[in-house]
Amino acid sequence: MSAIPLPTSAAGPLVRARKVTKIYGGTAALDSVDFEVHAGAVNVLIGENGAGKSTLMRILAGVERPTSGELLFGEEPIELHSPRDAAALGIGIIHQELSLFPELSVADNVFVGRARTRHGVVLDRGVEEQRVAETLARLEQPIDPRTLVGRLPLGLQQIVEVSRALVHDVRILMMDEPTSALSAAEVEALFRVIRDLVDRGVAVVYISHRLEELMQIGDFITVLRDGRRVAHAAVADIDLGWIVENMVGRSGSPPKARDARVGEAEALSVEELSLPGPGDAPLLDRVSLSVRHGEIVALYGLMGAGRTELLECLAGARASVGRVEVDGAPVHELSLPQRIRRGVTLIPEDRQGAGIVQPLSVTHNVTLSSLSEHARGFWMSGNRENATIERMQGELDIRMADPNRPITTLSGGNQQKAVVARALLTSPRVLLMDEPTRGIDVAARAEIFDLMRRLASQGLAILYSSSDLKEVVGVADRILVLSNGRLTGEFDGYGVSEQQLVEASYVGHTTIPRGDEE
Amino acid sequence: MMKTRRSLVETLLEFRAFFALVLLVIVFSLLSPAFLTTGNLVILAKHVAINALLAVGMTFVILSGGIDLSVGSVAGLAGMIAGFLLHEGVVLESFGVIVYFTAGPVILIALFAGALMGAVNGFLVTRLRVAPFIATLGVLYVARGIALLISGGATFPNLQGSAELGNTGFVFLGSGTILGLPTPIWLMILVGAAGAFVAGKTPFGRQVYAIGGNERAAALAGVRVDRVKWAVYVISGVCAALAGLVIAGQLAAAHPATGETFELNAIAAVVLGGTSLSGGRGGVGGTLIGAFVIGVLSDGLILLGVSEFWQIVIKGFVIVVAVVIDQWASRQPSRTP
Repeated sequence: MSAIPLPTSAAGPLVRARKVTKIYGGTAALDSVDFEVHAGAVNVLIGENGAGKSTLMRILAGVERPTSGELLFGEEPIELHSPRDAAALGIGIIHQELSLFPELSVADNVFVGRARTRHGVVLDRGVEEQRVAETLARLEQPIDPRTLVGRLPLGLQQIVEVSRALVHDVRILMMDEPTSALSAAEVEALFRVIRDLVDRGVAVVYISHRLEELMQIGDFITVLRDGRRVAHAAVADIDLGWIVENMVGRSGSPPKARDARVGEAEALSVEELSLPGPGDAPLLDRVSLSVRHGEIVALYGLMGAGRTELLECLAGARASVGRVEVDGAPVHELSLPQRIRRGVTLIPEDRQGAGIVQPLSVTHNVTLSSLSEHARGFWMSGNRENATIERMQGELDIRMADPNRPITTLSGGNQQKAVVARALLTSPRVLLMDEPTRGIDVAARAEIFDLMRRLASQGLAILYSSSDLKEVVGVADRILVLSNGRLTGEFDGYGVSEQQLVEASYVGHTTIPRGDEE
Repeated sequence: MMKTRRSLVETLLEFRAFFALVLLVIVFSLLSPAFLTTGNLVILAKHVAINALLAVGMTFVILSGGIDLSVGSVAGLAGMIAGFLLHEGVVLESFGVIVYFTAGPVILIALFAGALMGAVNGFLVTRLRVAPFIATLGVLYVARGIALLISGGATFPNLQGSAELGNTGFVFLGSGTILGLPTPIWLMILVGAAGAFVAGKTPFGRQVYAIGGNERAAALAGVRVDRVKWAVYVISGVCAALAGLVIAGQLAAAHPATGETFELNAIAAVVLGGTSLSGGRGGVGGTLIGAFVIGVLSDGLILLGVSEFWQIVIKGFVIVVAVVIDQWASRQPSRTP
């Protein structure tokens, strides 16, 4: 496939990271990683969510600084203190999430922060628009530089993002999942651009979850796992199986004992649940599943696969079509507060944005979903609230100095336990947990999982999402895999291999046009 | 249960509005012998009462993360409705009679009008998703316009009513006394206490704080966000109407321009009282103190003979200082409602 010559590899890499380590609050996101960026080649970085890809990219772009290790430009050691330093060396980055201004024109977006001016004051729109028009022509995209970016389809917005990097003569272009929002035709156009750039000697660093795509565009591939570099090869020498094997590792998880807690009766049953998306593709496409009493079911999938959306639909936080039953009674017409009373409670992924109420005390956060149980007539009963917080503190081992202080005084893990406590006080029958261990330390993770097992043994049905294979295989009785909003796999939690899960999570992530195009 | 001891700085910050008030009272009583007299304090409290009534309602809206710019106009509108009913009565053409209501129903109808304007605000904010600033700005104009339309811009005088029509007693709201204390002060105490309890001690109040603190988290926790928001605007509307009735009662007349810019005084009282404009932090008690800070400041400055124009400058200065302190204090991770 890759007919691109591999020049300059004899001359050594253009940029190199040597033994780069990055530590965030005690855990190493990157552990002594080497990475070479070759000029005139597409250098692919791949790994599971949390493997350290984005961290490495951010270090190369000057957004973050390594805790230890060094960066070399050619043979020169360099220090990047800011994205500006990186830009000065010709390092450009295209972020996964678009960072465009929808209310500004294409030209304004491309030149934002580095506007061309006449006499230092007046914007020189003529020059800007001309430069942008030239760049867009190179990209074979007939976009008028004066169009407002917000009016462009997502794919063209991505092109604007690319041209923003190109206008400023990049030597190294980093792309973090640039194709995640693009249609097949748009990906083709982007790939032509990438090949053109590579032919001119630009070094491209490319992160993507679309494995077929990597085989198509990549020259070199580096696999990261748990913050370490585990493999490196020329793409010509490897196949898809090699990538998956190295991403997952051979070790696997220790087998866990099957628990007798799983009951017979279905607590949650979902039929043909769909959620329309902003474009043509639905966010969720006819998902059917069920969770029994006492059962812990994991939802695995890549970022953007639709896990959060599914859990939010089940909780009633989003309007969706399809049938949802709790203990045989339909709840899909009910609002979120009504579903809470029927025993369906969501613990959201985004703890800061959707979980805790920052100015409220720990106690007030915990009792928020069960206020009427803590009231005596019209008034809130301080005694009942104190009794509850003391009980929950003991049951969930919430560590805190003073429950009357704002919840923000707690650590992430204890905040999460407070949110779990809030959910438990609604006497749930089905507990929906979206990435329950995000942003909390290893010890607190183990506690959360112990708690989940304990709750399940009391008959609770638990559906949780995770993008961490170990947390999926190590905990769940059953595993459902989502990919692009569709259920692409269902596995028994005992004896499933991590490879099977990863393969299912990549189903549908193909970008190669299927015959009928062109 | 464990309780961490507060530092002196924390205590000073937490009760800063109260300390500011005490400080002002001390300074003014030292500078002017007329300040700390019963007569002056009663007049002062009567003035404060009107702003306090508006500000209590405003506190609920601001705690929920919104703002209500319409309260001054709603106060004016409520006064005009009362004036119209007392003065003109309701003409029933087909029966050839004019119906005059007694003071009680007049007050209820005017309060209901306030609730209605609040409900309009709530509708715009929750159903049509208009930003509170814009929604209530629109209602500010609409309510003022209706107030002017009711009388064609004229004032309704002589709201004392007449014995033969049986509609006396309305002015008691503004100029009556109970146990020697003017009615407006009683109303302020009553509404203030009720507001403080509802905000601080009821499930509803807790939900208001939760919505202002993190609306999305509150919604996912099962709080009926729209319903609560609707309620806070209705509360604010009723409080505003009550303030308007008190003003009309004090003057024994209803003027359509009554209450212009009062919304700003109310917001100032809320902010001075330590309620965060971004919601979720603060309380009604602080608002009452804030209203008194403003009242004491203008009263004291008048007694000292400071020009009216300088008073305005000083008031603005105090508000800005209060907000700066508030932002500084909210960065300290210690305060809870």
